Amino acid sequence: MPKEIIKIEDLKREFIMGPETVHALRGISFTINEGEFVTIMGSSGSGKSTLLNILGCLDQPTSGIYEIDGVKMKDLTRNQLATIRNEKIGFIFQSYNLLARTSALENVELPLFYNSKVSSEERRDRAIKAIEMVGLKERMDHTPSQLSGGQQQRVAIARSLVNNPVMILADEATGNLDTRTAYEIMSIFQELNKQGITIVFVTHEPDIALFSHRTIVLRDGNIIKDYKNTNVLSATEELAKLPKQED
Amino acid sequence: MRLLNLLKIAFKAIVLNKTRTLLTMLGIIIGVASVIAMLAIGEGSKESIRTTISAMGSNMITIRPGADDRGPARGSGGNVQTLTLQDYEVIKEKSELLSYITPVVNSGGQVINGSNNWPSTIYGVNPDYLNIKVVGLQSGSMFTDIAVQTASKVVLIGQTVVDNVFPDGQEPVGQMIRFNNIPFKVIGVLEEKGENTFGQDQDDVVIAPYTTVQKRILAIDYLNQIMASAISEDDAPEAVTQVTDILRSQHKLTATEDDDFTVRSMEELISTFSSTSEMLTILLVAVASISLLIGGIGIMNIMYVSVKERTKEIGLRMAVGGKGSDILMQFLIEAILISITGGILGVILGLSATVFIEKFLNWPTSVALYSIIISFAVCALTGIFFGWYPARKASALDPITALRYE
Ligand SMILES: Nc1ncnc2c1ncn2[C@@H]1O[C@H](COP(=O)(O)OP(=O)(O)OP(=O)(O)O)[C@@H](O)[C@H]1O
Ligand SMILES: [Mg+2]
Repeated sequence: MPKEIIKIEDLKREFIMGPETVHALRGISFTINEGEFVTIMGSSGSGKSTLLNILGCLDQPTSGIYEIDGVKMKDLTRNQLATIRNEKIGFIFQSYNLLARTSALENVELPLFYNSKVSSEERRDRAIKAIEMVGLKERMDHTPSQLSGGQQQRVAIARSLVNNPVMILADEATGNLDTRTAYEIMSIFQELNKQGITIVFVTHEPDIALFSHRTIVLRDGNIIKDYKNTNVLSATEELAKLPKQED
Repeated sequence: MRLLNLLKIAFKAIVLNKTRTLLTMLGIIIGVASVIAMLAIGEGSKESIRTTISAMGSNMITIRPGADDRGPARGSGGNVQTLTLQDYEVIKEKSELLSYITPVVNSGGQVINGSNNWPSTIYGVNPDYLNIKVVGLQSGSMFTDIAVQTASKVVLIGQTVVDNVFPDGQEPVGQMIRFNNIPFKVIGVLEEKGENTFGQDQDDVVIAPYTTVQKRILAIDYLNQIMASAISEDDAPEAVTQVTDILRSQHKLTATEDDDFTVRSMEELISTFSSTSEMLTILLVAVASISLLIGGIGIMNIMYVSVKERTKEIGLRMAVGGKGSDILMQFLIEAILISITGGILGVILGLSATVFIEKFLNWPTSVALYSIIISFAVCALTGIFFGWYPARKASALDPITALRYE
C-alpha cells in the first residue's frame, strides 16, 4: 500500500471580488501517492494554479480538507507550513518570481537561507549543483533582467530543486521553453521522479502530459477526467529523436 | 546561525536598494543634523547673553517711565513723561542703598566735524554715569557737577564716533564738534567696549551733561531714564523695592493703581533676557521639531513605500520557507542598520555644522546633549517603526496574497 502524500476532499476555493464570487475550485477530491508523477491539465482559468498554490501550502482553501503526508493543513501553524514549504516542497511559479537585481545563483540559494541546518558552503555547493542541472552554469552570476524568459524559468526550476524536496509542484514549468529545452527539463523531472520524488506538473501541452503517469483534467473548477497514462514516454528518448539542429 | 543568515539577507537587501537606503538616510541625517545645529545656536546665544549682561555690572538698576512692558528692547520709554528730575532728586536723597545715580536723557542726531558727518546718539547724564556703566576714559576727563549745573556744552565721545568724525587720526580732546548744529567741546574719549550681544555698538555714543541735552537739544524737562548702582549686588533687590516705594509715594499712587514706572535690577534684566532667549530657543526648537517632523515623514514615506513595494519579495521569501518572524527580523535589521547609520551621520553632520557656524559665522553655539539624544531617538525610532510596521502587515499575509500584490 503506497503512502498517500496528498489527499484532498471536496476542496473549494472562492475569491470574493466585491459583489461577485469567483468559484475557482468547486469541490474537488483526489489523492496522490508518494512517487507519482501527475500532470494537471485544463484550459486557461480552469483553476490549475489555484489548486497548485493550495497544494504548495501557499494559499488556504475556502473549505474542504487538504492532508499533506497524513497531516491536515488546517492543523498546522503558519510556522509549520513555512517549514514544510522550506524542507519538503519545491515550488515553480508560473511567473517565475525571481528576486530582481539578484544573481541567478543567489536566487537559487534563497530557500537554503531559511534552513539553519545548511551551512553557507553547503548552500553554495547545492545551489551550483542545481543550476548545473538546468544548464545555466555559465549564467549563474547574471541577474533575472539579464536572462531570457526560458533562462529565468530554469533558474526557478533550479531553486525548486535546491532543497532536495520530497515533492515538486510545477506551474507551467516548461511554458516558455522550446521543445528541446522542455524535453531536457522533463527528463530531469523524470530522473528526480525515479529517485522517489513526487511531482505534480501543471501544463496545457498534451505532449508534456505524456511523460507523466497520470493526468487530471480540470474544467471550470471541477475535475472532468482523471486517468492513468499507460504508455509513459521517456523524455531522454524523445530528446534523442529530435532533429539535431532545430533552429 | 539563523540570525547570521538574516543579517546577511538584510545587508544584501540594503545594498540592493541603494536609492531607498540613501534617501532614508538623507531624511534621518538632515533631521538629526538640523535639530542639533539649531539647538546649538539657541543654547549658545542664551549663554552669551548671560555672560554679557553680568559683565555689564551686576548691581546696576534702571528706572524707566511707563508701566512694565517686559520688553527689553523698547528704547527708553518712548515719550512717556512720568519720570522727572524731581523723582531723581527724591530717590537720590531718600534711598540709602544706592551708591551712584544719574538722570538719563537721550537723543539721536548728527555729529559733525567740518565735512565729517556721523549719525549717533547723545546721552545726557551726570558724572556718576561712568561709575554705573563701569566705563573708563581713554583720554581727557569727565565733566564736573559744575558743568552739569551750568549746562555746559562739553561732550565725551566713544571710539566709533572718533573714528568717523576724526578720520585723520587727530586728537579729539580739545576739538570742537557739532551735535545737531550745536557746538560742543570734546573733553574726553571713552574706553572702547565693542559690540554687546545684541549687536549694538557700545562705542557709538556721545555723553554730555543731562542739563545740556535737556535744555539745548531736546527742550524737555522730563527724563527718559534714571540709572543707579546698588551699593552691592546683594542689596540690588532691596534697592529696587525701596526705589519703587519712594517713586510710588512721590507719584502719589494709591494702593490699587499700578506703577507708572519700571524699576529693574540687572538680576531681573538677566532673567528677562534669559526668558527672551528662552523664547528664541523655543522658536528654534519649534523650527527644529518641524524639520524633525518633516524628516520623520520623509523617512516614514520612504520606508513605508519601499516595504510595500517589496511585498512581492516578502511573498516569495515566505513561499520558499521564510517564516513570518524571519521576514520581520530581516526588515527590522534593515531598518535599524539604515536608521542608526543615518543617525550617526546626522550627529556628525550636526556637530560639524555647529563648528562651522561658530568658526565662520562667529555665532555663539553650545551643543546640548539632549538635542542629540532626542533627534537621534526620534529619527531612528521613526525609521525603525516604519520599516517594521508594513513588514509586519505583509508577513501576516498568505504567501500567495503577498506575491500577487501589485
Ligand atoms: N486572487 C484571485 N482573485 C480573484 N480571482 C482569482 C484569483 N486567483 C484566481 N482567480 C480566478 O480563479 C480562476 C482560476 O484561476 P487560475 O489562476 O487557477 O487559472 P489557471 O487554470 O491557472 O489558468 P492559466 O492556465 O491561465 O494559468 C480564474 O477565473 C481566475 O480569474
Ligand atoms: Mg495558471
